[in-house]
Parts: sequence; C-alpha cells; structure tokens
Amino acid sequence: MAIGILGRKVGMTQVYDDSGKVVPVTVVHAGPCKVLRVRTPDRDGYEAVQLGYVDKPRRLASRSERGQVAKLDGKRAKRRAAAGVESQPKPDCEPQRFVREIRGEAGELEVGGEVKVDVFAEVDCVDVVATSKGRGFSGAMKRHNFAGQRATHGVKKCHRHMGGTGCSASPSRLFKGIRMPGQYGNARCTVRNQKVVRVDSEQNLLIIRGGIPGPNGGYVVVKQTNTM
Amino acid sequence: MNQQEILKSVEQSAMKEERPQFEVGDTVDVHTKILEGEKERIQVFSGVVIARNGSGSKEMFCVRRIVAGQGVERKFPVNSPRIDHIDIKRSAVVRRAKLFYLRERQGKAVRLKERRVDRTK
Repeated sequence: MAIGILGRKVGMTQVYDDSGKVVPVTVVHAGPCKVLRVRTPDRDGYEAVQLGYVDKPRRLASRSERGQVAKLDGKRAKRRAAAGVESQPKPDCEPQRFVREIRGEAGELEVGGEVKVDVFAEVDCVDVVATSKGRGFSGAMKRHNFAGQRATHGVKKCHRHMGGTGCSASPSRLFKGIRMPGQYGNARCTVRNQKVVRVDSEQNLLIIRGGIPGPNGGYVVVKQTNTM
Repeated sequence: MNQQEILKSVEQSAMKEERPQFEVGDTVDVHTKILEGEKERIQVFSGVVIARNGSGSKEMFCVRRIVAGQGVERKFPVNSPRIDHIDIKRSAVVRRAKLFYLRERQGKAVRLKERRVDRTK
C-alpha cells in the first residue's frame, strides 16, 4: 500500500524547529486504523487497502456497515454459502465511522490488521485530503477573489457585485466557465507536499507543517505525497 | 484525551520548561542568540515590556525602547529557544495590560512609577 492513514484534524498551533524558528503546524490524530478489505487485481481489478478509523456504536451502524466488518449469518449469507459462493474474509471488529480506500499494493497488510502512525516515521512530505469548510452560496468576491466595485464615484448598490460577464449582440451568449457566485467550500480538497514535522506514535499524532482543509474535528486522509 | 488536551500536550512540548517570569511594565534585558555567519553570539535588547498576547506556545511579548530619539519596538515569542534568558531590571506600577500609551509620550513622560519587588525570594 502506498503509505497512508485516516485521522481527524485536531487543530493548529506552533512549535519551534531546530534552529529556533517558529513553525506553524496542524495536529492530526491519525489511526490506529483497521484494515477492512484488501482489493486485488484478480477479484476487483485494482489494488487498494480499505481502512477504517474510530469504532462506531453498533446501534448507530446500519446492517450493511455491520456486515462489512463481521459475518452476520443472515438468510442470504446461508443461501450463498449453500450455493458454494466463497465469502470475503472479514476483520471481525466494530463498525467503523470513517472508511476510505488507499490505492496501492497491500504488501504485508491483511484483513483485520492494523495501520499505525509509525508508518510515517520515514516520510518527509504528505498529501492531505479532506472536505473543506462549507461557506454556502458565496459572492464572486469571496469565492473567486474578485475585486468588486468602487465604494463611491456613482456606484449604486453593487459594491460587491462581479461586474460584466460577457459581450453584447455578438455573441449574445455567455462563454462557458465564467466564474460567478455559487456554492463555495464543502468540497473534497487536497493540499499537497506538506512537510511532516513530527510523528508521535505514543499518542497517535501526526504533526504536519501548514494548514489542512476542513474544520477542527473533521476527518482527513493522509498519504505519502507522490509529487516529485 | 479530547482534542483540546491533545493540542495542549503538543504545545507543551514546544514550551520552555521554566516559564520566564516577567510582567507588563517591567524593564527587561532580553538576551537573544543570533547567528553571525558560523558563529553564534548573544545580543541584548533592553526596554520596557509594553504588551503580552497569546497563550501557550503562541505567547508573544513586545519590548519598547528609545534609540537615538526614535521609538523601537521588538516582539519576541516568550518560549523561543533563541532567547537565552531575560533579566528583569526594574518593575513598575501599571494599571493596564497594554502600555500603548507610551508610544505617544516623549522624554520624561515615558517614565513609569517604580514598584519595589523583593527578588531574593
């Protein structure tokens, strides 16, 4: 597997580097993650490892979520067993709150195994994938950093408007891709090539230089970067 | 551990074991380590602490002094490893947390009323 783990953003703070300079860091509570599934080219057509982070109470989990992590012995399962369909190995753990797949060879990982934050001990830089903070329906100034219009000189009630969007009778339509107001944030967002400052395997913490998307407490996927 | 406790423990690792003890209004000598080429040497910046802000490892303080008739302010992180130590020369009676009013004053008006503190304790 490409080196990766699931976690939760704890918050930002600052620490000092060896030369005494202030480093802005984000603390991520990462792992331990259970391996729920191993995808193989023979069966699934691609290679990946499915990880789960944080146990979820069974009463909150749906039947399919419970069936994902343990054998349920339902009618259908019995019928399938009788028909000779081989069932997939299950990790036999509690249902998981946050489940994601990380592409790449499984290597030594098996279903039911664990991925801990130690895997990042030798890693310099990571990519972090998360859902950015939702800002709702936002204007062009906030969403695209437009300059808006003037405060005075005859501008009437459109100080934060975006201004012209196209031409006149020719072509008498708007071109595609014009940046306009709309939903901003609450979208999958990746920051790449962030330095790993420290790995605290005792407390399962990953300390990453700079900011990462989403609110404190939001779920994140951290992977070893593939940028050159 | 909840999230705030985790954050606190990370901040704790960046903080000095012994928290420098000084207050707003103190006249201090800040001994900072600076790199000159290869060599490290200690530079002293002395003046009045006019503000402290932030908390935990993010705490900063501001020192003001008059150099050649010109006011100079310098901000330091309280927990910076670049600060060797801080000497307190004099304490003063102050009635607010930020002494920004000193910026508008010149000459004798900059003086603060001294507060005698027994430092031997």
